[in-house]
This record gives sequence, structure tokens and C-alpha cells, in this order.
Amino acid sequence: MRRALGIVCFVLGCVIVAAAEVNQDWLKRVPAAERVRANPYAGQADAVAAGGLLFADHCARCHGDDLSGRNGKPSLRTPIVAGSTDGELFWLLRNGDLRHGMPPWSGLPEPERWQVVAFLRSRQ
Amino acid sequence: MRGMAGWRAGWLGRCSGFWATAAVAFLGCAAGLAQEPPYFVTYSHAMEEPGNLEIEFKGTQAAPKNDNAFGGATVEFEYGAKAWWTTEVYLSGQTTPDQSTEFTGFRWENRFRPLMEEHWVNPVLYFEYEDANTADRSFLEVSGNDGVADLATRNAAARSDVEREMEMKLILSSNTRGWNFSENFLTEKVMNGDDPWEFGYAVAASRPLSMRAGARECVFCREHFAAGAEIYGGLGTTDSFGLHDTSHYLAPTLGWDIPRGPTIAFSPGFGLNDNSLKVLWRVGVQYEFQQFFSRFHRGEAR
Repeated sequence: MRRALGIVCFVLGCVIVAAAEVNQDWLKRVPAAERVRANPYAGQADAVAAGGLLFADHCARCHGDDLSGRNGKPSLRTPIVAGSTDGELFWLLRNGDLRHGMPPWSGLPEPERWQVVAFLRSRQ
Repeated sequence: MRGMAGWRAGWLGRCSGFWATAAVAFLGCAAGLAQEPPYFVTYSHAMEEPGNLEIEFKGTQAAPKNDNAFGGATVEFEYGAKAWWTTEVYLSGQTTPDQSTEFTGFRWENRFRPLMEEHWVNPVLYFEYEDANTADRSFLEVSGNDGVADLATRNAAARSDVEREMEMKLILSSNTRGWNFSENFLTEKVMNGDDPWEFGYAVAASRPLSMRAGARECVFCREHFAAGAEIYGGLGTTDSFGLHDTSHYLAPTLGWDIPRGPTIAFSPGFGLNDNSLKVLWRVGVQYEFQQFFSRFHRGEAR
């Protein structure tokens, strides 16, 4: 019994680690030059408010109004997001993660994407 | 016999009924904004977000010289199956005064993004099966030797002339500095006939009127509007490839994303040669249901 439980825990652990690896996959693809890009609207109250409106329109249905995820879609209140640079989040917004269901938002003008990053940063 | 003015009044009356119904439906539930450019013919590389269902009405109206005016209507159901795969069904119909109102057929299209990241130019592969009769007035594309002469066939004769076609498009699209530039190249083949392969093109550019969102919610702010233009037309067939003996249009477009409401687009298309309609009016209303099927899951917040 104990052995079976151990196997189940081991398998579950592997799945969780693998899932975490998959979720971090996009981070590995961010070019170095993109990682260090600075948000021109960082900390600006207007940009945070505008980013909040954009988030509500485009992102909240999947990621939740409180960023904690919804309908099985990932939470944005994670160490990965908190530890990402503004440039990395901006890259993810532009490119998406098509393999894992995150659409690209390159159709939004660049300033609007930075406004969303400013909003996300304000909620971490 | 109804005059043109009477027919137009009736057509507008029917449209008013549609708008009223649509407005009630739209106001009754939450919506999301799409990021698609305001094009009617040209495709960009914007795909439907996975899990979202977009329902769109596209209307066309034109009055060919020395021929009956007509109104076309197409309803689209576009679903984001994956972030890289969008599937869509179209149902089309048309009405011509003093003739009839017809259901003209359906289309089923699939679009695939082969590259998983954004590039300077982003390709999308498009495959469509179409089962429609030649009374179709949706003008979703122009191909082969399409021209105003095709519109002279009466509905009674056109309804029995059903074409089953396979259509393929190469969609190239770029987003840069707020602009979208899209180029489409299409080829189609009638499967139930001996017609040669037909070719066509569409090229478009558009841009939001404002690059930044405002800090306050508003309906008429510039960031909710996008303007652009598209050029589309035929390229002949394998027997007569080229820009001649076909129709070409230049169409300015304007789109308006109403916050938590529908997106409305409008476009007058101006014919560029004698084979084209003088003006082809288009209006589109689209509404996106975000995470459509999750709405039916028990216990999910809406």
C-alpha cells in the first residue's frame, strides 16, 4: 500500500515538474535583447489604469479578474510571472505561446501591450 | 411591380429589424473585443483566440448599372479550436427585388498558423470547402474572371447552378508600429465541373486611430476605432492569367470596437474597371463570446 502510494506521489510529482517545465518553456525562448527592454510606462498610474481596462477586455475571461486563472487557464499570480522582467512579459504578449493555448496579442499596438505589462506588474 | 425606392425602403426596414434584434442580443450578455483589423475580404494572421466563438453578420449591397440591385447577407461562426487553428462556417443568402430571396450556400474554412512565434511576415494557410450556387452575392473573395456580367443571371436560373469548390489561400501578414499589412493570394477549383483553376488577390493595411488606451472607459475614444483600406480582385485562371477580364476594388474600411459590445465595420468598395460594380457597400457586425463552451460548465463563473 505504502509502495503504491509512493509510486503515485512520484508520478504526480513528475507530472507537476513536467507541467512547470512546460509552463516555463516560453521563458527560454525570449531573446536576450528582449529580456532587458524597459517598460516606458512603468509605474505610471494612467498606464496601469489603461492596462487594467485592456486586461478586462482581452485577458480576464481566461486569467480571471484577480489574475488567479479561470476555466483551467493559468494563474498570473505565480513566481514565474513575478520573477519575469517587463521585457519578458512584453515578449510573451507579442508572441503568445501557441503550443499551450496562449494567443499572440501583436494586433494590439505596442504602447497598449506595455500598458498591460504595467498593470500586471502593479498586481504582483 | 415595386420601384427601386420602395425596394430599398423595404430592405432597410428588414435591416432595421435585424439591428434591433442584434442590439437586444448584444446588450444582454458580456462580450470581448477582437484584435482583428477591419477588413472584409483580406485576412490577417489574427486568429480567433482559443475557446472563443465569434458570430459575425456581413452585409453587402450594390446596384449594378442596367441591372437589379441586390442585398447579400452572410453569417459567420468562427471558433478558435487552438491558438494556431481557427475553424469557421459561413451561411449565405441574398435578396434581389422582383426576383427572390435565396439561401445560396455554405462554406467551411480552416486557417492554420504554421509558425509558433511572431515574425516580420507571418504566414497562415487557409483551406475552404464551398457549396454555393451562383446567385451568391457575399463577395467574400473575387477570383478568376468574376465580373458584373455574372450578376445578370436571374436567381431562378442561378439557384440550380451549384458549385462545389475547394479554395486555398496563402495569407501573409505583419504587425509593425501599430499598422497591419496583409497580403492574400488565393486559388480555387470547382470540383463538380471542368472549370480551370482560378486565382485572386487581396492586399490591405490598417491602423488604430490611437496607439494608447485611455485610463477611463469610453465608447467613442479613438483607440476603439481602426481605419484602413483594402484592394482585391481576380487574377484570371490557368487559361488566362492576369489582371484583365476580371474585377478589382479599392475599399476604405472603418472599424469600431464598442467596449463590452459588438465590433462594427463599414466599407464602400469602389470598382476600378468596367468589369466591377461601381460601388459595393459593406457593413459588418461581429460579436465575440469569450470562452464560449466554459459558459456551460457547472460552477464556472460567467
